[in-house]
Amino acid sequence: MTVAATTVASRVGRTAAVTGRGARNPWVLRVGSILLVLALWEWGGTAGVSIAFPKCSETLAAFAAMVADGTFAAAYAETAGPLFVGVLLTGVGGVLAGLVMGLSPRAEWMGLPLFIVLQASPSAAIVPLITFVYGIGFAAKVFAVVLLAAPVIVLNSYRGIAHTPRSLLEMSNAFLASRWQRVWKIVIPAGSGLIFAGLRLGLAQGFTGAVLAELIITPTGVGDLITYNRSVADYPRMFAAILSIILVASVSVTVLQRLEQRLFRPEMRLA
Amino acid sequence: MTDGTTSRAATADRTADDTPAARVVDLVKDFSGGVRAMDGITFDIPRGELTSIIGPSGCGKTTTLKIIAGLVEATSGRVEVNGVQVAGPGPDRAFVFQDFALMPWATVLRNAAFGLELRGVPRKEREEIAKEYVGKVGLARFENSYPHQLSGGMRQRVGLARALAVDADILLMDEPFASVDEQIRRRFQEDLLRLLSDEKKTVLFVTHSIEEAVYVSDQVVILTRGPSRVSKVVRPGVDRSGGSDSIRRSPEYLDWVEQIWSELQSYLET
Amino acid sequence: MTLRGHRIPSGFSLLVWFVVWEVVGRLELVSLIPPFTDVIVALVEVVPSSTFIEAVTVTLQAFAIGMVLALVVGIGVGIAMGRNRTVGSVMGMWVNIFESSPLTAVVPALMALLGFGLPTMVVTVFLFSVWVIALDTQVGVQRVNPSLVEMGRSFGASRRVLYTQIIFRAALPELLAGIRLGLIRGLKGVIIGQLLIAVVGVGYLFELYSRSFLMPEFWALLIVLFTFAFLASEAVAYFERMVSFYASSR
Repeated sequence: MTVAATTVASRVGRTAAVTGRGARNPWVLRVGSILLVLALWEWGGTAGVSIAFPKCSETLAAFAAMVADGTFAAAYAETAGPLFVGVLLTGVGGVLAGLVMGLSPRAEWMGLPLFIVLQASPSAAIVPLITFVYGIGFAAKVFAVVLLAAPVIVLNSYRGIAHTPRSLLEMSNAFLASRWQRVWKIVIPAGSGLIFAGLRLGLAQGFTGAVLAELIITPTGVGDLITYNRSVADYPRMFAAILSIILVASVSVTVLQRLEQRLFRPEMRLA
Repeated sequence: MTDGTTSRAATADRTADDTPAARVVDLVKDFSGGVRAMDGITFDIPRGELTSIIGPSGCGKTTTLKIIAGLVEATSGRVEVNGVQVAGPGPDRAFVFQDFALMPWATVLRNAAFGLELRGVPRKEREEIAKEYVGKVGLARFENSYPHQLSGGMRQRVGLARALAVDADILLMDEPFASVDEQIRRRFQEDLLRLLSDEKKTVLFVTHSIEEAVYVSDQVVILTRGPSRVSKVVRPGVDRSGGSDSIRRSPEYLDWVEQIWSELQSYLET
Repeated sequence: MTLRGHRIPSGFSLLVWFVVWEVVGRLELVSLIPPFTDVIVALVEVVPSSTFIEAVTVTLQAFAIGMVLALVVGIGVGIAMGRNRTVGSVMGMWVNIFESSPLTAVVPALMALLGFGLPTMVVTVFLFSVWVIALDTQVGVQRVNPSLVEMGRSFGASRRVLYTQIIFRAALPELLAGIRLGLIRGLKGVIIGQLLIAVVGVGYLFELYSRSFLMPEFWALLIVLFTFAFLASEAVAYFERMVSFYASSR
């Protein structure tokens, strides 16, 4: 339990970086490292590492162009749909499932091994099969998102609910809480930190599911941007598309992470 | 976790001052693995007084307290409150936890009002009552603070306010000052005494500090080493009319501390 | 879970799920899901076949090489990040960005740059797993009690000894947790990589089976991979448990 909790804690308590104690602002160095990477990229592209390796400047130019001519807007509008719906469905369903598993020993017995196995498995392999059941439309992509996001959301919710501090449970018992009161006023608030962490991780997995669906099942949205531009050998635009999804995903997840720390940090310190 | 019910037919006669507020009879507690913590604990808890339980580490003081509170089930024996046997937690007893057990996501006021909240007391009313007790424990300025913003001693006072707010007959306190600084501890002991005399409560108090026990208690129950029994019940009867410093230096006080110390020593050596 | 007073360990619920699978398959509720017994039969037939062994070998090869690289780089960077605040601060930004990104999107670029073979798969495995290894190593190293390090120094430990004997060992629980997660991610990476490349390894087999609608074979292959992932992660978990005894008293 200690190490599992450590890992979960390391995921949750992980700030974007450890802030330096010195007077030097960490962002100076970080921006510096970004510039360094961009410079190396430019040099690599110019030196002709591969015909498929565009220069940094070309990629950034393509990026700007794609923003300007609305390519990104259109692509993300398409990708966002299944992603949003999928994460929402999985969020609600997954948290409920984790809740039930955390509260009911029978549900835990039935569900926990299953989700642990699903979590460890390369369920991405199932994505190509989805078309047989859901075709190549919206539903298929939603399913891909759900498939990848569900285990982590369920397991984190379960852990949040099942590991309520004993001290608080005892206190609620001492003050005569009914079962329902205990769940609603103690168990759920105490677990909400991990539940939120699960949702954050689920979003990250959801992005993977959405992209995978678009690369494998049906070319739409951002996935299509990548595949199409590769097929016409327009590498700057391809790399720009990849860069964009990396940025969008990490920014969204970081925003959630900051939110999480603001909402739940004091409790973690106390726990 | 025990889902307990109190078997109280009618409100017991509380005005008779000589009936004990509570009593434990022949409490035995075995833990899994065949460890017997307590082997027949019997003592009375006189009404309106502060009784403390003291004994060597592991003698089952906290377990006894929790059995009386109804949070732990005894293997055998019984607990009576106001003459009626009880088997689980009840509105007649309120518990103050050693590790405070405050909800980190709730303000001081909400934590203090929690016992009332669970009883379904309407919000306005329970907040008023909680406010009063939060003020009595000296935290009036911190009503809207969160536990992580408070020191250990302050958190413990919130726990005390919560226990007082439900107006139970008996207050059960589990080493309430163990996690508090030494300097503040003495202040707290005095504050507690003052508060309790105002509220006229019956208190059962577990501590491992002999000085604390002698200072605050009307009655001290001394337990033997585990599997424990009641070794002795003494009434220090320290004269509190003088200032607290003079009490702690008085020969009477020091004698009692010495006496109880040697009583406990004899168990530690065997 | 108890049945008539006997405690049944939690893993057994999987047997119940296999029964459910069998029933769903027999009743042909979902065309994709054949009866579990059919899958087992396919498993027994398919596993010894040469196509299968070849595919699995290619996959495991890529997986192993990618993982070794990820371990070396991940642990190295993680230790540096943990020991030096500046490094931790700067590298941390990069590691966190990539840890939460859909690296699947990078695979097409890798395919364009490195082709459709082993190099792409190795880099994919590396990219999928290195971040979590670095992050958990960082946490582990940060958690090392400074007193332990001071103790080592005061007894004249050389830097090499300090790092290998003290810091590495003290950080081991978190490190192993990171490795376990890294293994799982690495395996997902190699599968995703092969699904996209589609002409090599198990990705090719999946493509083949799904195209020909050989469902029992498809699920049999999936089970083989699931089992491998599970066993690998349990193996590391075993070591984690072996060292966790000192985790709480560090």
